[in-house]
Amino acid sequence: MDILNALVVFLNFVFIPAAAYGAQLALGALGVTLIYGILRFSNFAHGDTMAFGAAITIIVTWGLQSLGISLGVLPTALLALPFGIAATALLVLGTDRVVYRFYRVQKAAPIIFVMASVGVMFVMNGLTRLIIGVDEQRFDDGARFVITVRDFREMTGLQEGLAFRTTQALTLVIAVLVVWALFWFLNRTKSGKAMRAYSDNEDLALLSGIDPEKVVRMTWIIAAGLATIAGVLYGLDKSFRPFNYFQILLPIFAAAIVGGLGNPLGAIAGGFIVAFSEVAITYPWVKVAGYLFPNWEPGGLLQLLGTEYKFAVSFVILIVVLLFRPTGLFRGKSV
Amino acid sequence: MSTNRQASAANPWRAPIFFAILAVLFILEGTVRNGMFSGSWNTALAILNVGLISAIVALGVNMQWGYAGLFNVGVVGFLALGGLAPVLVSLPPVEGAWQAGGPRLLLSLAVGLGTLALAKVVWTRFRKGWAVALILLAGLLLYRWLFGPASTAIEANNPSRYGNIGGLGMPVLLSWLVGGAFAAAAAWAVGKVALGLRSDYLAIATLGIGEIIVSVLRNEEWLARGVNNITGVPRPVPYEIQLQQNPEFIDFAARWGFSVAEASGIWVKICYLSLFLVVLLSIILLAELALKSPWGRMMRAIRDNETAAEAMGKDVTARHLQIFVLGSAVIGIAGAMMVTLDGLMAPTQYNPLRYTFLIWVMVIVGGSGNNWGAVLGAVLIWFLWIKAEVWGPNLIGFLVSPLPAGDVKTHLLGSAAHMRFIAMGAVLLLVLRFAPRGLVPEK
Repeated sequence: MDILNALVVFLNFVFIPAAAYGAQLALGALGVTLIYGILRFSNFAHGDTMAFGAAITIIVTWGLQSLGISLGVLPTALLALPFGIAATALLVLGTDRVVYRFYRVQKAAPIIFVMASVGVMFVMNGLTRLIIGVDEQRFDDGARFVITVRDFREMTGLQEGLAFRTTQALTLVIAVLVVWALFWFLNRTKSGKAMRAYSDNEDLALLSGIDPEKVVRMTWIIAAGLATIAGVLYGLDKSFRPFNYFQILLPIFAAAIVGGLGNPLGAIAGGFIVAFSEVAITYPWVKVAGYLFPNWEPGGLLQLLGTEYKFAVSFVILIVVLLFRPTGLFRGKSV
Repeated sequence: MSTNRQASAANPWRAPIFFAILAVLFILEGTVRNGMFSGSWNTALAILNVGLISAIVALGVNMQWGYAGLFNVGVVGFLALGGLAPVLVSLPPVEGAWQAGGPRLLLSLAVGLGTLALAKVVWTRFRKGWAVALILLAGLLLYRWLFGPASTAIEANNPSRYGNIGGLGMPVLLSWLVGGAFAAAAAWAVGKVALGLRSDYLAIATLGIGEIIVSVLRNEEWLARGVNNITGVPRPVPYEIQLQQNPEFIDFAARWGFSVAEASGIWVKICYLSLFLVVLLSIILLAELALKSPWGRMMRAIRDNETAAEAMGKDVTARHLQIFVLGSAVIGIAGAMMVTLDGLMAPTQYNPLRYTFLIWVMVIVGGSGNNWGAVLGAVLIWFLWIKAEVWGPNLIGFLVSPLPAGDVKTHLLGSAAHMRFIAMGAVLLLVLRFAPRGLVPEK
């Protein structure tokens, strides 16, 4: 029984939160890595793209709610999501036309692109604040839990409870669907193959008649979709605050680099590696240890790092990867 | 960079003209009172003082970007780290703090650094991953065992007033140099890891270190009281209240036709201004001398064509590390100066948008690679940033005045503050695209 209790505590406080967070990071990192693969720069505006998409979705959600439309047990935000994606896609396509295309034609150094993306980040940040303000917003409705702590206890008779929130379940399901769709697109469709070819070898792709502007447009639309979905899921799971999306930029970059920039599979693995390390290192394991080793009292030593330093975890992972394997675990681009 | 150079030679009068415009703006701010300007010398000088500190930060960033093409996104971290120096150096010692846990705390920090060094030595000598992991784990546990009780004891020492380790009671001007040293040390550690890889990696790594330094300052209460803030950092200049009681100064103020309160404020700000100018001009002098030396030519050669420079036998990564550390040291000095000016160490004020990205706008607008350009951009953008707080709502109020009163109007009026971000982003993008060399281009 004690082992089962320990397992439930582990699932409740480490595994489920980390899995949901990992899925959100993976979706964010996929967007970063795709843009890196095609346009060859680290997009610092990605966090704020997520925030913008989430903000539009929240506004549309409020509109739907005031019309009395809802999805029953599921959050209304899911209905609003396509509107958010469309608005974000329009915004990033506009940004590309106005900002990035100029440098692409010039074949400017990657660092100039990075700097331009910082300018875009500023503008998007301001837009998001303008639309929705700087305050925290909660927009999850519908059923809050798939399983509540009390139900779980009654069901199993264990001492420890397990809560599985709707948003966490949704995050995992949607992430799986999105990733499946993305890989199907990249591997099976002609456009997806063109994108991969362009990412692998630009000159060769141009030679075989692939339209670079079309590839770039498609990349931006996919990245906008991924960013909006990741942003909305993150906002549903935690809560929406524009500044959080600036802070999540570091774990997302860490995830993309750990997996190898430009490698979609790596980005997913990287997202989960970063999320699990972050949660596992900042979680106080006392309760788990209490069940497994009843006579041992380690005190605070088992929590390796306070939760306020969770961003330090992604940074350390980033540093370790840069030191020992700068191309990432899955061999991304090393340019 | 090399792809974005404007072909035409720069007009030699550009810089003086822009500086003259800047001077006129400040004189208007000091003398004219209307919807746009405050008409108070106190306000004008306060803006100018912070503008000069921003100029020093911009000089540091310009060394990294303009001389070497390094993109530092963690300016806020180095600035905050520099700001720690006045707290640790110039505040008077806290009674009982050192006895409560000082030696043990220092020992724990030494253990932490020693572990990292040992792990590095073992890794280079033996290449055994498991041994390194074991050393790191043992070191971490030992460090935490030493550190936990020591920091708790220090924080428990008179927590309502102190609860921090306290300072050394040394002159505050000395702390400016120490602030530079702090930032340089952090920059060395980051640069050692992230330089020599692709250029984006330094940007991402500095983004991380910036956030971590600020969160350390926010959470480690034994260090600088965390979010409880440290007030009363000693000043290198007289206090207003002393001046107001000094009969000579009262006479002096009366002769110039100012009230004593106003005159004392102006006098203090002019004292700061002269100190800042001394620092700023010495840094510019040193930087210009360095740029004209063979070392400076080498740096520019590396920036313009790394491969060619490497073929000439230059160690590009080592030179990049050097300039990164130097630039960060300058940023650290500015951080210490800022805390000295405010007399306050408040970790919550270190916002990356304000202290990293606004500085970048200053450097790009002013003219990357040109020290005077960085100074001009810093003071000008800071002036506009501050005034946008006043001008923005007025402008929005004027623009929405034809709208009927209602939700949309109030929302637009209330969101004027956010317009500053859009405006700054737009300025950065426009300058980057249409005038990539900035207002005062590199010679």
